[in-house]
Amino acid sequence: MAVETKIAVAPAKPPVWNDPRYRALFFQVLVLGGVVLLGAYLVSNTMANLERQGIASGFGFLETTAGFSISQTLVEYSEESSYGRAFLVGLLNTMLVSIIGIFFATILGFIIGVARLSRNWLISNLAAVYIEILRNIPLLLQIFFWYFAVLRNVPSPKNSHSLFDSFFLNIRGLYSPAPVFEAGFWLILVALVAGIVGVVVLARWARVRQERTGERFPVFFTSLGILIGLPLLAAIVTGFPLSWNYPELKGFNFVGGMVVIPELVALALALSTYTASFIAEIVRAGITAVSHGQTEAAYSLGLRAGPTLRLVVIPQALRVIIPPLTSQYLNLMKNSSLAAAIAYPDIVLVFAGTVLMQTGQAVEIISITMAVYLTLSLLISAFMNWYNKKMALVER
Amino acid sequence: MTDETRSHDPGSHPDLPPPASTVGVVGWVRQNLFATPLDVALTVLALYLVYLLVPPVIQWAFIDADWVGDTRDACSREGACWVYIRVWFKQLMYGRYPDEELWRINTAYVLLVAAAIPLFIPGFRWKQWIGLFLLVGYPIIAFFLFVGDAFGLELVETPLWGGLFLTLVIALVGIVASLPIGIVLALGRRSEMPVVRSICVAFIELWRGVPLITVLFMSSVMFPLFMPEGVNFDKLLRALVGVMLFSAAYMAEVVRGGLQAIPKGQYEAAEALGLSFWKMMGLIVLPQALKLVIPGIVNTFIGLFKDTTLVLIIGLFDFLGMVQLAGTNPDWLGFAVEGYVFVAAGFWVFCFSMSRYSQHLEKKLHTGH
Repeated sequence: MAVETKIAVAPAKPPVWNDPRYRALFFQVLVLGGVVLLGAYLVSNTMANLERQGIASGFGFLETTAGFSISQTLVEYSEESSYGRAFLVGLLNTMLVSIIGIFFATILGFIIGVARLSRNWLISNLAAVYIEILRNIPLLLQIFFWYFAVLRNVPSPKNSHSLFDSFFLNIRGLYSPAPVFEAGFWLILVALVAGIVGVVVLARWARVRQERTGERFPVFFTSLGILIGLPLLAAIVTGFPLSWNYPELKGFNFVGGMVVIPELVALALALSTYTASFIAEIVRAGITAVSHGQTEAAYSLGLRAGPTLRLVVIPQALRVIIPPLTSQYLNLMKNSSLAAAIAYPDIVLVFAGTVLMQTGQAVEIISITMAVYLTLSLLISAFMNWYNKKMALVER
Repeated sequence: MTDETRSHDPGSHPDLPPPASTVGVVGWVRQNLFATPLDVALTVLALYLVYLLVPPVIQWAFIDADWVGDTRDACSREGACWVYIRVWFKQLMYGRYPDEELWRINTAYVLLVAAAIPLFIPGFRWKQWIGLFLLVGYPIIAFFLFVGDAFGLELVETPLWGGLFLTLVIALVGIVASLPIGIVLALGRRSEMPVVRSICVAFIELWRGVPLITVLFMSSVMFPLFMPEGVNFDKLLRALVGVMLFSAAYMAEVVRGGLQAIPKGQYEAAEALGLSFWKMMGLIVLPQALKLVIPGIVNTFIGLFKDTTLVLIIGLFDFLGMVQLAGTNPDWLGFAVEGYVFVAAGFWVFCFSMSRYSQHLEKKLHTGH
């Protein structure tokens, strides 16, 4: 029987339409073409529409006088300022409320997250109730509640709620004493900076010494002493060059002091209590993710409860906590745009609202606003990624 | 001879009950509330907090509240005035939808619930068909029921839509439309074609980096500019497109998480079998990946559901928008708290039950090790 042997030949080249490389190229050209065509179509429509409505495109409008006032300005601003200046005011207000919100949300979130893990039944259940209520109600509703139902119902300046006769809450906002810096105050600042530098040097020295000799140095209390002591010494030498300007009721309104507008109070309150409920869950998950064996191992090495928490549990928990915490910070920053609903002058209200209404430059203004949020998002993620890298597990 | 003094042989000592202070109510209280001095302090503090908060709220919401009546005069103003909610109930639920047409919304609700119930019965046989109906057939039926202008139904313009009805429409359209777009985007982001990948990454990161409110602003002021002359979009439709694009980006990230969790062997096995890309994805990868991320999808839906309230900023009167509107009625000034509490309770019930369901699913779908 003849055995038919097949001679191995090089496989036939697949036809061009079946070659994965050409296919990929074809699809990409197709997709790119589609996107470009869609873009061109939208741009041409927009151009035609703008021309018909007689709106000149471009960013020249930023130089024009704004002509409206803003209720909270961190930099100098008046009705004669330009739209560009108004944009800056809005941007700073957005950043202000975001920073305040992130600060308080982090503190509150960590406290509630730890409380949720407490062995005390009452405490852990109260924390659970807080979390479940706050995170299942829309944020906008909470902002409305704080603003319209609570802060619009506080008394007039005449019957303000007061605390120690120096903090006053009334319908115009929250009044507090304002610091007045007198001559010589710079010395205290210098002392503070010197103290911070000293503490950093001290901590580094203590770490090097501990690694070399194993001896420990009470860095925390020494640092605390330096940080409080040096400025205090400077203050005594210069004769306390800081006084407070207390708000006072004159006629129908308060004069002096600092005032926080009710919109900012409501927004910061709602943002931080709402985000805290999410942070609490993240913290809880992070701490439970550290296995109990780690604690037991630390105890068996002879560490006490405090150092165990500080040196073993928290550093490991932070690794789990930081990435989701970053996205909560981003959410908070983006949610601060809800300010527009209660007329807190953030970038959306001032720029995408009032300026857009006055100039009609929709494309430019919306693009700038989106670009601002994108940039802020990228900045926060970059910072948190850097911190995360610092805390991440160093694998050898 | 008494029990205490009786001696026992080694090994025959009877088991004594645990001390009374470590079992039962007393033991529980000692262990969970008063274990250490710090615990005692915390418990007392917490009890004081509860005492400060709970009785006044109950007093306000139930004991002093007014429940009956049809006018403002029925409110004694000592506690909550639920008459306000009763008077505005229809608007809060349906907006300004015409009275005689309300049956259309209710029919759609009943149909939705009736069709959805079998999905929750384990082991029901025609689940795929019902799912398909809910995703394809139901939206068409609902569209004609709500909008009308066909089959002898009267046209109801979208500016008349409102209340909880509008909230549900936006949330459901957002989720149903964003899932397929999100899947395509997620596949694109994991594609090996650089152009496709960059376009998908740019799209996803753009929408995820900006707040929904700017997206809604964009859809309300920029979409009209994008369209050729004469084409005019309905305000609701513009908002829906914005919500859809926004939630598709979030959905894409959820789906990507699932795709990444599928081991490479699954892809390789599918390719070794000679399956094409779409068959590999549709038959092997996506069924596994989507199952993994169902809790994530439910969470995205909860987020989207809460975010629908933002449409009131561009002038649509959803559940929250309606209560804001009712609060500005000159006859009913000063009932903001009641309105907010009612709407909050409504949202809370929806979101809380969804989050519980997602936790339940997470447990049920955890078929791993």
